[in-house]
Amino acid sequence: MAKQQVPVQEGLFTWPSDNPQLIARREKKTGRVYFPAIHNYVADEDSEEVLLGTRGKLYTWTIQGFLPKNPPYKGPETVETFKPYGVGYIELPGEVIVESRLTTADPKDLKIGMEMEMTIIPFREDEKGNEVVTFAFAPVKG
Amino acid sequence: MTDVCIIGIGIHKFGRTDGMSGRQQGAFAVREALKDCGLEWPDIQFAFGGSAAGGNADSLVNELGLTGIQFVNVSNGCATGGSALLSAYSAIKAGQYDVGVAVGFDKHPRGAFNADPKSSGLETWYGETGLMLTTQFFGMKIQKYLHDHDLSPEVLGLVAQKAFRNGKLNPNAWRREEVDLGTIMNSEMLSDPLTKYMFCSPAEGGVALILASEKVARRYTNRPVFLRAVSMKTRHYGSFEVFSPYLALQRAPAPTVFASKAAYEMAGLGPEDMHVIQIQDTESGAEIMHMAENGFCKDGEQEKLLREGATEITGRMPMNTDGGCIANGEPIGASGLRQVYEVVLQLRGEAGARQVQNNPKSGYTHVYGAPGLSACTILQN
Repeated sequence: MAKQQVPVQEGLFTWPSDNPQLIARREKKTGRVYFPAIHNYVADEDSEEVLLGTRGKLYTWTIQGFLPKNPPYKGPETVETFKPYGVGYIELPGEVIVESRLTTADPKDLKIGMEMEMTIIPFREDEKGNEVVTFAFAPVKG
Repeated sequence: MTDVCIIGIGIHKFGRTDGMSGRQQGAFAVREALKDCGLEWPDIQFAFGGSAAGGNADSLVNELGLTGIQFVNVSNGCATGGSALLSAYSAIKAGQYDVGVAVGFDKHPRGAFNADPKSSGLETWYGETGLMLTTQFFGMKIQKYLHDHDLSPEVLGLVAQKAFRNGKLNPNAWRREEVDLGTIMNSEMLSDPLTKYMFCSPAEGGVALILASEKVARRYTNRPVFLRAVSMKTRHYGSFEVFSPYLALQRAPAPTVFASKAAYEMAGLGPEDMHVIQIQDTESGAEIMHMAENGFCKDGEQEKLLREGATEITGRMPMNTDGGCIANGEPIGASGLRQVYEVVLQLRGEAGARQVQNNPKSGYTHVYGAPGLSACTILQN
């Protein structure tokens, strides 16, 4: 039996879904978009839920070069098995800029302004043997 | 209203001091500051103090004496020292008291800070998936800045190189050896484009400053340093700050821009009037961006200034003359006060091997940190 996939956090992105999208809130009065929606940046009655676009431009990036401390990090790696991972901000046109893990950790693959696309990646296994998944952005090929 | 002066300064060496608590290092700094101006602890009417990881500042009275004074604890992230100073300034300015202490100390565990999502008002997924690191934020912010203003990554190495060069001249600094540019550029890449040697480390240390009204100051010293401005500002919607799962589409000016402007207005002086400058250099990129945000240059001019030596002790805008955070480490509670300590020393002409020449008259300090705040001071002798 295939492992069940569970989101790292309910309400962060639509899941399960064939076309997962990040869930944000738009403030009615100002049009400002806040992510994630689960965070009460803005009162429910003053805002509405919006699903964010999945394509955007790389606003900035870095490569996480060392194993983050646990807590708060819960990745499965040890100091020995750790591999650097990319992190960036992606500008979703007309909406908001979101912070995300990137699917590449090679600086040569990354250029500010390049097209990026959202995807879902496996992150770790939880205590029940489920596969915990989270969102990430990948360079658009071609 | 009275002018406010700094009459006594004390420091406990930054770095690592095994066998001594953060609080003991804070108490040491207070005793040094008292000695510096010939006062005794019972002369002190009030205190503002802070520490991020070293315990409650007001417990210093256990070490210094139970004299019954007003002692307020300040907790304001990286601006903790700046906020303690601001509060002490206001108490004297308002005529409430004549003489008091601003003190900060800390003792952090080794390695990068491990942040708690909940205490920053975030959900656990953010920390869990490896997005909650201050180092990442610094890397991403300077990555964007270098790109937008066409600066080479080597400019980051030049900042660190200067920090170690100045630290070598400072007996209270933690890092006291020069590091060559190649070693800095080729050291472990922690968060692209920032390498290991470009970051400051969490550390230990304590600083205390004794403030007095001008009238009282004259009684104890013939060389008071005047606190001409103290300002503290927080972020606006749209600024690019640490631990942000999202950013607005449009950038707002950084909190430093507002704190800096307020300080210049308060003092009636401008960046061109500053003879010695301490600005927040949590890592090399911060010094680059803060040069512009504090008005010392335009965006993109930094590389030229660094390459021509303008920010060296011998340059026309001596910057982080004590080695800054990069050479001293960052005990959060003490860090902002260390900058003021250095400027007072420089304005008195007592900075020894790292003394800025030609009798500096005016100095500037700036801290910046989580969750998007900044505090600045302007001092004159």
